[in-house]
Amino acid sequence: MSKYTEDDLKKELETKEYEYGFYTDIESDTLPVGLNEEIIVAISKKKEEPEWMTDWRLDAFKKWKEMKEPEWANVKYEKPDLQKISYYSAPSNKPKYNSLDEVDPELLETFKKLGISVDEQKKLAGVAVDVVIDSVSVATSFKDTLKEKGIIFCSMNEAIKEHSELVKKYIGTVIPKTDNYYAALNSAVFSDGSFCYIPKGVKCPMELSTYFRINEAGTGQFERTLVVADKGSYVSYLEGCSAPSRDENQLHAAVVELIALDDAEIKYSTVQNWFPGDSEGNGGVFNFVTKRGLCENNAKISWTQVETGSAVTWKYPSCVLKGKNSVGEFYSIAVTNNFQQADTGTKMIHLGENTKSTIISKGISAGKSQNSYRGLVQISPRAKNSRNFSQCDSLLIGNECGAHTFPYIETKNKSAQIEHEATTSKIGEDQIFYCNQRGIDTEKAIALIVNGFSKEVLNKLPMEFAVEAQKLLEISLEGSVG
Amino acid sequence: MLEIKNLHAKVEEKDILKGVNLEIKSGEIHAIMGPNGSGKSTLASVITGKEEYEMTEGQIVFENENLEDVSPEDRAHKGIFMSFQYPIEIPGVTTTNFIKTAINETRKAQGEKEMSAKDMLQKLREKCDLLDIDQKFLSRSINDGFSGGEKKRNEIFQMAMLEPKLAILDETDSGLDIDALKIVANGVNKLKSKDNAVLVITHYQRLLDHIVPDFVHVLFDGKIVKSGGKELAFELEKKGYDWIKEEIKS
Repeated sequence: MSKYTEDDLKKELETKEYEYGFYTDIESDTLPVGLNEEIIVAISKKKEEPEWMTDWRLDAFKKWKEMKEPEWANVKYEKPDLQKISYYSAPSNKPKYNSLDEVDPELLETFKKLGISVDEQKKLAGVAVDVVIDSVSVATSFKDTLKEKGIIFCSMNEAIKEHSELVKKYIGTVIPKTDNYYAALNSAVFSDGSFCYIPKGVKCPMELSTYFRINEAGTGQFERTLVVADKGSYVSYLEGCSAPSRDENQLHAAVVELIALDDAEIKYSTVQNWFPGDSEGNGGVFNFVTKRGLCENNAKISWTQVETGSAVTWKYPSCVLKGKNSVGEFYSIAVTNNFQQADTGTKMIHLGENTKSTIISKGISAGKSQNSYRGLVQISPRAKNSRNFSQCDSLLIGNECGAHTFPYIETKNKSAQIEHEATTSKIGEDQIFYCNQRGIDTEKAIALIVNGFSKEVLNKLPMEFAVEAQKLLEISLEGSVG
Repeated sequence: MLEIKNLHAKVEEKDILKGVNLEIKSGEIHAIMGPNGSGKSTLASVITGKEEYEMTEGQIVFENENLEDVSPEDRAHKGIFMSFQYPIEIPGVTTTNFIKTAINETRKAQGEKEMSAKDMLQKLREKCDLLDIDQKFLSRSINDGFSGGEKKRNEIFQMAMLEPKLAILDETDSGLDIDALKIVANGVNKLKSKDNAVLVITHYQRLLDHIVPDFVHVLFDGKIVKSGGKELAFELEKKGYDWIKEEIKS
């Protein structure tokens, strides 16, 4: 009988290829590479933006030029040459579709390969999809249903034109242009994204969903999402991402701002599987994303993320708990394999009294990957009786990967209660043999163990997303055991 | 059903089994007894195909098939089950989910469809009743925080669900008080039929008061040195293993 060792298991994991590596041949309209004021004006012009927006972009660009790329994250990579990127790439045959049936069949095929066919999505009644391919929305569904409730859900580009006042009022209020290097870059060059507004007291009747996808070679994706939940409203927002496999690295620098006014609740779920690079560590997406939400009185924001992709991830969905009794939650599963590097976590900024935050982070590392949790819990002097609970668990597969935890706690109010728990474990050969002996093969056994490990977070995802996330976890970690 | 011929096996370059011969037929209960370090648990691990155990000579034939190149999961699919001496914890995976996966993987391997949720629930309920297990037990993570008795009972519960042809009970009595021992033994007896077989591996005779074997074998230094009926177990209990060692020498 052949010996099956952990080394074999590791090899299998390394040979796993990116299953979503394909390229959709849709005609594109791409701006020349490079970054300067002319390009920014050109982007703004292509999108027929009002003047205030053009000025806003130029201001961001001016500030960005004075900033330096951050180096504090626990990741190593060659800095992308930002002058070699094209900052605008939109499918040139881009009429808006009234129904999904009119969508380019190749695009539908793309969705099929993703396992999330639009057909399937339509069947999942209650899911409205705004598809962002290379930064331009090509299809939005269920618009009419939403319109009846006064809900605005559209591309950022459209929002800037049609709901200018709303956008102007809120954009950049949670993540200022100068927040960080990549947020500033995004503010200058963002090409599209999604905008969502839920009016006072309205509970959004369906999950809102956006799909992002990088298609064109040598492009960066800089989408910008703004979700505003007015007083007493509720919305659950889903975001999915994928990118075709390419040899060169692609840059993704998105900004997501959430605003939950008094008594409002926003649930924001992400499943991210950008191309992670091949098993040698070539290619893959650099995912440098800034996500932050602001909670007013009694408001609540929940971030749930399943991160399986990207070569380098640098991402900290955060909550500013400004209002009294506001609640911030962060539930995360981050999987790294081969040469992937992830530095992800959250910031919970407690400003108001009786604010509460929960952090559950599950990191899974395999291959030669490095997986870091970085989190900040900050209690300001006037945040009386604030509470935080953090739990960071790491699961290792093999001997060449790493798991790191960087928890930062700053508290300036004595009444605060802060708890932090952390564990590190390894998938043991004994666990795998136990499963084998019950008729469960090694591939399935790993999936079972990883799902068990991640359960607390998977349970937070909306049903249809949870199924997809489980599938992704399996794909990310399993080799084809032959 | 199971035929072991001249089995030699080593672990980490150390020879443990040095020529084991054993035949088990349907409907039989066999017990393997022996002092610590005689190779009892190694025998169980080799039969189930655990990777660190290398077969160097001889063969294991199960249902007329040589198991040499058969993976542990395929051996399970063919109907070999082992109740572990130290059952493994898998946090976050409920007993129900674990068993459901095990059953469906086995069915898949046999070219059958997955068991419907309805049938699965019914079967779970039935086997819980049979083994006097509270159904709440099923929604706990498998073996996670279980007491010694609960772990062993869970093993027997899995055996009941999987309905193996050959069940190997590896030191199932270790760490059990007398009440737990009776419950476990009672479960095994209820599951016993003329179509399956049980191989009990134990250091002590006390489990054999409750699971009565047809044959008792004494394993010593990697070989079966004596076989007999259930009375052999009593004799060992009374006299210890030393007289066997003497017998071998002479």
